[in-house]
Amino acid sequence: MSDKNILDALLQQLPGHCVLTRPEELRPYECDGLSAYRQLPMVVVIPDTLEQVQDTLRLCAEHAVPVVARGSGTGLSGGALPLENGVLLSMAKFNRILDVDVHNRVARVQPGVTNLSISNAVAVHGLYYAPDPSSQIACSIGGNVAENAGGVHCLKYGLTTHNIQALEVLTIDGEQLTIGGSALDAPGYDLLALLTGSEGLLAIITEITVKLLPSPEIAQVVMAAFDSVDAAGAGVTAVIASGIIPAGLELLDKPAIDAVEKFIHTGYPQDAAAILLCELDGTQADVTAQIKRVNQVFRDAGAIDQQVSRDEAERQRFWAGRKAAFPAMGRLSPDYYCMDGTIPRKHLSHVLSEIGRMSAEYGLPICNVFHAGDGNLHPLILYDANKAGELERTEELGGRILELCVAVGGTITGEHGVGLEKINQMCVQYNSAELQQFHAIKAAFDSNGLLNPGKAIPTLNRCAEFGAMHVHHGELAHPELERF
Amino acid sequence: MSFESTLQERVKAAAETGTALSIQGNNTKSFYGRTTGGETVSLADHRGVLDYTPSELVISARAGTRLSELESVLQQEDQMLAFEPAHFGEAATLGGTIACAFSGPRRPYAGAARDFVLGANCVSGTGEWLRFGGQVMKNVAGYDVSRTLTGSLGTLAILTDIHLRVLPIAETEVTLQLDCDTATALQTCNALATRPLPLSAACHLDGRLLIRLSGMQEGVQSAIKDIGGDVLDDATAFWTQLREQQLPFFADERPLWRIAVAPASAALPLEGDTLLDWGGAQRWLKSDQPVETIRAVTAAAGGHATLFRGGDRGADVFQPLTSGLLSLHQRLKQAFDPAGILNPGRMYREL
Repeated sequence: MSDKNILDALLQQLPGHCVLTRPEELRPYECDGLSAYRQLPMVVVIPDTLEQVQDTLRLCAEHAVPVVARGSGTGLSGGALPLENGVLLSMAKFNRILDVDVHNRVARVQPGVTNLSISNAVAVHGLYYAPDPSSQIACSIGGNVAENAGGVHCLKYGLTTHNIQALEVLTIDGEQLTIGGSALDAPGYDLLALLTGSEGLLAIITEITVKLLPSPEIAQVVMAAFDSVDAAGAGVTAVIASGIIPAGLELLDKPAIDAVEKFIHTGYPQDAAAILLCELDGTQADVTAQIKRVNQVFRDAGAIDQQVSRDEAERQRFWAGRKAAFPAMGRLSPDYYCMDGTIPRKHLSHVLSEIGRMSAEYGLPICNVFHAGDGNLHPLILYDANKAGELERTEELGGRILELCVAVGGTITGEHGVGLEKINQMCVQYNSAELQQFHAIKAAFDSNGLLNPGKAIPTLNRCAEFGAMHVHHGELAHPELERF
Repeated sequence: MSFESTLQERVKAAAETGTALSIQGNNTKSFYGRTTGGETVSLADHRGVLDYTPSELVISARAGTRLSELESVLQQEDQMLAFEPAHFGEAATLGGTIACAFSGPRRPYAGAARDFVLGANCVSGTGEWLRFGGQVMKNVAGYDVSRTLTGSLGTLAILTDIHLRVLPIAETEVTLQLDCDTATALQTCNALATRPLPLSAACHLDGRLLIRLSGMQEGVQSAIKDIGGDVLDDATAFWTQLREQQLPFFADERPLWRIAVAPASAALPLEGDTLLDWGGAQRWLKSDQPVETIRAVTAAAGGHATLFRGGDRGADVFQPLTSGLLSLHQRLKQAFDPAGILNPGRMYREL
């Protein structure tokens, strides 16, 4: 099928304003939050109605044209990167909250609704939607489901997969399926789990039922300073071991503290090698008791200074530095590259010192600002894309950090997704049989491979080529494949 | 030869000859699902905790590990399986529990079995040994297969090892009882659940609403004042008997139905005796009403009905799927077990 056939078919089927084809109209869709990768799609479709989404999918299936779904385009792994020969399907116009059911603590929302607007809409009932990725002001709930987004509070409240109850989806053939339901579970396989985090490879999400939680009576933050990253890491372990699950537990290392302090004056202690931000929430009585215990635990772990937020304004100020960390890096360096590996917490000290060593080896500075409580690292590699070869070296360093995460029993992505960015590292985390199982699952939903092809799950050939470049521990990955 | 490779050989051979395999731990859950045949594959001797560092909040164990052993290891460190699984027998295994996705009274407030599964190793129907997920809290690399296997009744793959997130045992646990009818109970426990209270279970039977609170001393004490009612003595025994279906309510010859609906749904017009658990989201029904009636009434309320114990085990014990979902299930079964040898028919006749 030529490009012209699908374009004609789309223009014939859909209202003119839903189909964008001029290069200047396509430009805003050339990348998602990972702007190092750019590609203009063949066409952008922005449907107004469910029927138009169905028509688009049916036409793509009929013409064998690939489809990449997009929410707000804030993803950090290139999951919504368009395909040159494909349709970019924007769900932006599906931006309504359809129903809030207070007694059942759920809301039905369309996929283009932003994460934060759900919490804002239900705040009047004393409820909120727990997952809070840092892009929550802009990111769409549909994208959150596709990526199984996390955030600062997942240590206590879980990821997207723990906080949704049902989905309406369309298959590539335009068939509508209801996944999950109004009960807490559904008969048959747990397709809700399978679809959450499937990065647009299995189906198109058209509606989401999210779970709502009662807003805690109060939240307070303990800010603890340590004279070494190791001591701060030990503080993290000690809090968890004491039987407390903080709502959030974040670590900033010295380079991150310095960068933040230059950017906005948060009052983080300047003599600290690392600080921990430990948020506790619940009833006033519980929070007071927990703060007392956390203070003691941090003292025992060697904290050199501790402050407790006295009011909401101070809590926000403590968090402001954490939230400003990425833009603060943007001021220090022309470009930065954010990694997203997760490791078992007990290896924190080893992994951070290895990252420091690799940073020196590559001559690229790295700051660490991350979700320490759940071992989700976000090393930020500072680089300058205008210097020849620096982006390539940055990507190589990033890749090695992810491989280190896998080597200690962790994963290449905790919450940002694989997308196109980490597709090579998937070959490190999974063997051929496991990748083949993933492909078989994909084929059960999308036998012609038209939904977001080339993302999330690498082909075995791709792994063979990648393995030829990276021989791990002297072992050749995927030895069963022929080498070309 | 390792346990895994022996198991792989066995599955490969069965796939070649099309021999159905019946996967078992200690066979405590044979009452559940549809009746099936097949050669027994036992995981009972594949047992033991593989890794447990309490401060990681993760435990890894072989599928044949007894649930009681796992819970006692956790209890020594003041931790627990927060989904509070039913055992249904002293010899119950972790693998069987995860394959059935059994979650107990704490489920609506703490999460279900699948919410605590971080990873699983398994042997697929083609005899491949596969590892999905892992020992970390956050992992979005690849499809979430380990959660998908949870509750799949052994029809997709044979679980060999499981990684679970665990939680600290609460400092204090108190159960309150309030006298009220069903409608008031549903209204009360769902209104309470919209407020930041340390709820950990809510059930209604015999005109009594029982509300369990778990948390720190301070928070639980203030919630007791807030909610009122009388403190129930020997509450641990009560919740265990509820979880294990040992209360007098369950000692009844009629089939036992599990009705899953939105928690605040009004009482359903069904004949028989009902016990509300999960704050109204899971309703146990003892009834002789026809299957079709129970299914239709439950579906009309937006829920689904499972013939949990008794009745015709050769018929559909789970709510039938829509044709679109059923064919997707069949394609997924095919993707994991193309020869159709793993627990065929245990979940649905067609799988």
